[in-house]
Amino acid sequence: MRAQTWKNSGIDLKPGTKITGKWYKNQYLIRGKLGKGAIGTVYLCESGGKLAALKISDKGTSMTVEVNVLKSLGQVQGTRLGPYLLDVDDWVSPNGTTYSFYVMEYLKGESLSLFVKNNGNVWIGVFLLQLLEDLEQLHQSGWVFGDLKLDNLIVLSSPTRIRWVDVGGTTQTGRAIKEYTEFYDRGYWGLGTRKAEPSYDLFSLVMVFLHLYYPQRFERTTQSEKLLFKKIDQVKQLQPYRNPLKKAIAGKYRTSSEMKNDVLQIVYQSQNKSRLKKKGNQKISNIPFYIEMGGISIVAIGFYILSLIF
Amino acid sequence: MKKGTLKQILLITDGCSNKGEDPAGVAALAYEQGITVNVIGILENNQSEDVGGLKEVEDIALSGGGVSQIVYPEILSQTVQMVTRQAMTQTIQGFVNKELKQILGSNQSIENIDPEKRGEIMEVVEDLGESSDLEVVVLVDTSASMHDKLPTVKESLIDLSISLNSRIGKNRFCIFSFPGKRKDIQKILDWSPQLNSISEVFPKLTSGGITPTGPALREAMYQFSKKSLLRSLRNESADVEEFGY
Ligand SMILES: Nc1ncnc2c1ncn2[C@@H]1O[C@H](COP(=O)(O)OP(=O)(O)O)[C@@H](O)[C@H]1O
Repeated sequence: MRAQTWKNSGIDLKPGTKITGKWYKNQYLIRGKLGKGAIGTVYLCESGGKLAALKISDKGTSMTVEVNVLKSLGQVQGTRLGPYLLDVDDWVSPNGTTYSFYVMEYLKGESLSLFVKNNGNVWIGVFLLQLLEDLEQLHQSGWVFGDLKLDNLIVLSSPTRIRWVDVGGTTQTGRAIKEYTEFYDRGYWGLGTRKAEPSYDLFSLVMVFLHLYYPQRFERTTQSEKLLFKKIDQVKQLQPYRNPLKKAIAGKYRTSSEMKNDVLQIVYQSQNKSRLKKKGNQKISNIPFYIEMGGISIVAIGFYILSLIF
Repeated sequence: MKKGTLKQILLITDGCSNKGEDPAGVAALAYEQGITVNVIGILENNQSEDVGGLKEVEDIALSGGGVSQIVYPEILSQTVQMVTRQAMTQTIQGFVNKELKQILGSNQSIENIDPEKRGEIMEVVEDLGESSDLEVVVLVDTSASMHDKLPTVKESLIDLSISLNSRIGKNRFCIFSFPGKRKDIQKILDWSPQLNSISEVFPKLTSGGITPTGPALREAMYQFSKKSLLRSLRNESADVEEFGY
């Protein structure tokens, strides 16, 4: 929903700037810029010797809406559904303009594209499962993420865990999605409404993985579903998961756990097949395929279990 | 919570008016009667963003209490729905601010309340934006220069109805083009909850060089029910009550 030409908040803080909250008087030292979106700019900052991320903007209303989402996500027990919210305040700049800002946990990581490039495609299954699990929790607490996209995902290390940032699109179930990006939006493809329901996020989730393998994206046609199916089929790395991915595009899943079960099933099955192969029961022609599948599943299950523990 | 009906005119144009009364004046008149006027100015692909001719776009929206945006055709869909939603929030926030002033004193507004309470107020604003009913009169400039842009305009209006119909509140739209054949505006679609049907009725023809934006806005204003037109700023508090305060 963000138009590129929307006048951007003209704030540019230099490293070394000290920000003091108008209401609660907490102090933050700006260390550098982390990223810029349509709503505001996110900076790395330091307070009491600890690093944190500080988002600042002159769009008070949008900021307040985001803070409300972060607050209610924070109330879901023991979860990592959004960055942990540390402080909310206003800042009066030296020239007298008032900005809204909030401070959150700093998520240090790299982009999904870079990570997969450096570490290989075996991670696709892991991230798919991790995201489905987070979505399941989010949906169960009455929210839909909305603006799920490549830009909003960060891969953290030790242990490797995919996390989302930017809850600007996160919407209560049953309402209209607050914010979306056309390529990831089923309404844009003519494949559904913009009502916040689990299937909305599952559609975007598939588009995340398509965008990963089609960095230039692609244009819509009148026969969107057919086109998206074809795009899935054409990516070798997505082959093992093509059935659940297509079901999600078609809106066949009502919950994330249904999709997660299908993905897990694929991972388990391919593992069994690779065991059989070791016993020598496989036809020769299938071997390369199963070797690949076996590799995926063992790593996927390993890291999936690891991510459950941490 | 009782919900109210928000009334908006959405003007889509690519240039300046050149006939009839001042459109900003008509927009102010509409605003006085509880109708918000939003304006989207469409640029040519080779046009720079700060062309003078489109200043009128901003002026109309300012006097109409609405939101304006100047865009290239590619991002029209996203812009149309963003402008509409933003104007809804703005209108509701206006009501809420007025209430706050009554309760807390004349120099209070959302900005000078602490972030904690601001959050609670925004929750109410969001709830109202989601559940309020909405009536939009869409006014499309079909003067000659708009010819190439009309397919994009049509698509963006269908897209708008996808967004708005995903809300809890009800919607009614009607579409007019201007200039009309003999009148200032021409009806394309009568009040309807959906815009899917516009594919067949959307005008393929474009008219000549006159752009009577002011008179067209006045006609658009009259499309809202008589009851709402009789409501003046003085008894707008009745609107506030409709919103459940
Ligand atoms: N908590 C965080 N830790 C680290 N980086 C972050 C954090 N939040 C945001 N970022 C970075 O800042 C960028 C812009 O932030 P975002 O919240 O997406 O802004 P907007 O909502 O205005 O688009 C993100 O894409 C991300 O790279």
